[in-house]
Amino acid sequence: MAGLYKSEYKNPVVNWIDTRLPIFTMMGREYGTFPTPKNFNYFWNFGALAMITLAIMLATGIFLAMNYQPNTQMAFDSVERIMRDVNYGWLMRYVHMNGASMFFAVVYIHIFRGLYYGSYKYPRELLWMIGVVLLLLMMATAFMGYVLPWGQMSYWAATVITNLFSALPWVGHAVVTWLWGGFSVENPTLNRFYSLHYLLPFLIVGVAFLHVWALHITGSNNPLGIEPKGPQDTLPFHPYYTIKDSVGLCVYLIVFAILVFFAPNYLGHPDNYIPANPLATPAEIVPEWYFLPYYAILRSVPNKLGGVTLMFGSLLVLFVLPWLDTSPVRSCRFRPIYRQVIWLLVVAVIVLGFVGSHRPEGIWVVLGRVCTAYYFLHFLVILPVLGKLEKPLPLPESISRPVLPGGGGPIPSAATAKPMEKP
Amino acid sequence: MVRVAAPRSLAAVLLAACFGLAIPSGAPPARAQGEEALPQEHWSFSGPFGAFDMAAVQRGFQIYSEVCSNCHSMKQLQYRNLTAVGFTSDQVKAIAASVQVPLGVNDQGEPILGPGTPASTFRSPFPNEQAARAANNGALPPDLSVIVKAREGGPNYVYGILTGYTDPPAGVQMQPGMNYNKYFPGHQIAMPKPLSEGQITYADGTPNTLEQEAHDMVTFLTWAGSPEMVVRKQTGIRIVLFLLLMTGLTYGVKRKVWAQAH
Repeated sequence: MAGLYKSEYKNPVVNWIDTRLPIFTMMGREYGTFPTPKNFNYFWNFGALAMITLAIMLATGIFLAMNYQPNTQMAFDSVERIMRDVNYGWLMRYVHMNGASMFFAVVYIHIFRGLYYGSYKYPRELLWMIGVVLLLLMMATAFMGYVLPWGQMSYWAATVITNLFSALPWVGHAVVTWLWGGFSVENPTLNRFYSLHYLLPFLIVGVAFLHVWALHITGSNNPLGIEPKGPQDTLPFHPYYTIKDSVGLCVYLIVFAILVFFAPNYLGHPDNYIPANPLATPAEIVPEWYFLPYYAILRSVPNKLGGVTLMFGSLLVLFVLPWLDTSPVRSCRFRPIYRQVIWLLVVAVIVLGFVGSHRPEGIWVVLGRVCTAYYFLHFLVILPVLGKLEKPLPLPESISRPVLPGGGGPIPSAATAKPMEKP
Repeated sequence: MVRVAAPRSLAAVLLAACFGLAIPSGAPPARAQGEEALPQEHWSFSGPFGAFDMAAVQRGFQIYSEVCSNCHSMKQLQYRNLTAVGFTSDQVKAIAASVQVPLGVNDQGEPILGPGTPASTFRSPFPNEQAARAANNGALPPDLSVIVKAREGGPNYVYGILTGYTDPPAGVQMQPGMNYNKYFPGHQIAMPKPLSEGQITYADGTPNTLEQEAHDMVTFLTWAGSPEMVVRKQTGIRIVLFLLLMTGLTYGVKRKVWAQAH
């Protein structure tokens, strides 16, 4: 009987299964005893939160799909019917709709965590790149989901975004016609967006699995950005991080619940409660908040192809980030200049968000261009150059040193321990 | 120490500057410069504990039936929904039976009308968009089912429209058939002043001022757009309280578990 797995589980049923398919052993190894750096802060909750949000989106989405009609004549009314006549339909719909916002908020914080603590650096480059793929998949899914209620913003967002592809030289218009399945955004467009909106989340599940797999090969980064030196630097994932993630999850769900139950339409645009009308363009076409910075980058260039290139470039640059950052030090805590510069990037992105929500006039055009320029400057110039010039602070010897009870004690590295205080 | 403090203060200043940008945009973006600020009414349904004043919703339904429904449809509502605002099922049957609704076609294939039932959709005043435009000087009266959710400013905006009719200021050139409304974007609205002082006779003796009528109308329309609102908020309060308790418990367990870590 070669090949059977020697399971250590005592329960005979579990043992029988585990012998043939060592799934219990695998789960125990990856989520039970998995050695995890002992010094995570609450920023390390956000991966788990993203996973849970994905599950919430799938669960609510499947029930919505049972009642939704992907037809231009019926889509808008079917969403209202879900809200009114399906048992707890309003709950499903509002959770799903606000869940998209919560998902992006979580993922953006997760990405910021990666940037701040250098989680994208050797040996986690591929892990990071898979994460960028996840972001792109999420964006495609969110965009197509936003089209489904077939309100004014749905329709015009679909028109504007698909039209971006017309900027492609030579083949642009053919590509747009192909995407639409016709000569304007119409029923075939809605049908295929619905199909893809149902398909892509399962791709996200698959790629998220690869993301976690890659994570469990390299192990997690941590706020100090140094590798664990041995068992004294790590803790088993369970119960230490299952419980810490649970605390974060409870707080997260409070924010989520306040949004869903008390302000479900706060983040949405009122125009999307007006049924789609191809003959009436809304006064302003604005995307959801999570797309505003990209929209601002798109509009900061007077040339269509240029704008589209920069917008996609702002995402694609993230793929090569591990090679753009030349500093060998991961965590911002030991990079005195970079830890200031990264806030400029945060500010630039937030300002771009505001720019995206305003008409491109006056000061907003200038701000949009300055921040777009800074965004690319940060990744393409500052990161490569700063890594060579910056003198990093001395790194601690190991993870367990600076987190000893008593705040480090009178050891020689006490001076370097100061900047390691939790922010 | 200075080295540690500097980045934090820099970040704080920059982030503050960032959110400062939000302040000029604090007013609803749909209201362009020079437009009147919306009235800020007190609504029975606002706030996390707010619930609909059902008497006001019923009075609003009366106004809808007598006035608005002559031009505006409410296609997302059926008469059966009215039991949720305090009408008995017999009252709902009577309300539905009092209107003529399309009942499909007869044996000759001609469309027929007949008295509605609680399952009937609110009667639409016009059979289609063309008929609606033809009867309204080319303008299309919007469906009112979700009008409060579909306008920036929500209930205050709709209240503003209902109470915002004035004579056009000197020098304003009105398009033919248009009316001046100080809260409507562009000020020229096709809808003639729908409500006025003393227009409605309330059965319960509520004073029929324009403000009262508009207030009742908006309460009805808000209910029509979000009939789940009260259940939603009450569920939310229970869920948030539960989650607060769970957060406390989980944090306690976390502290206990982590006490063994060092």
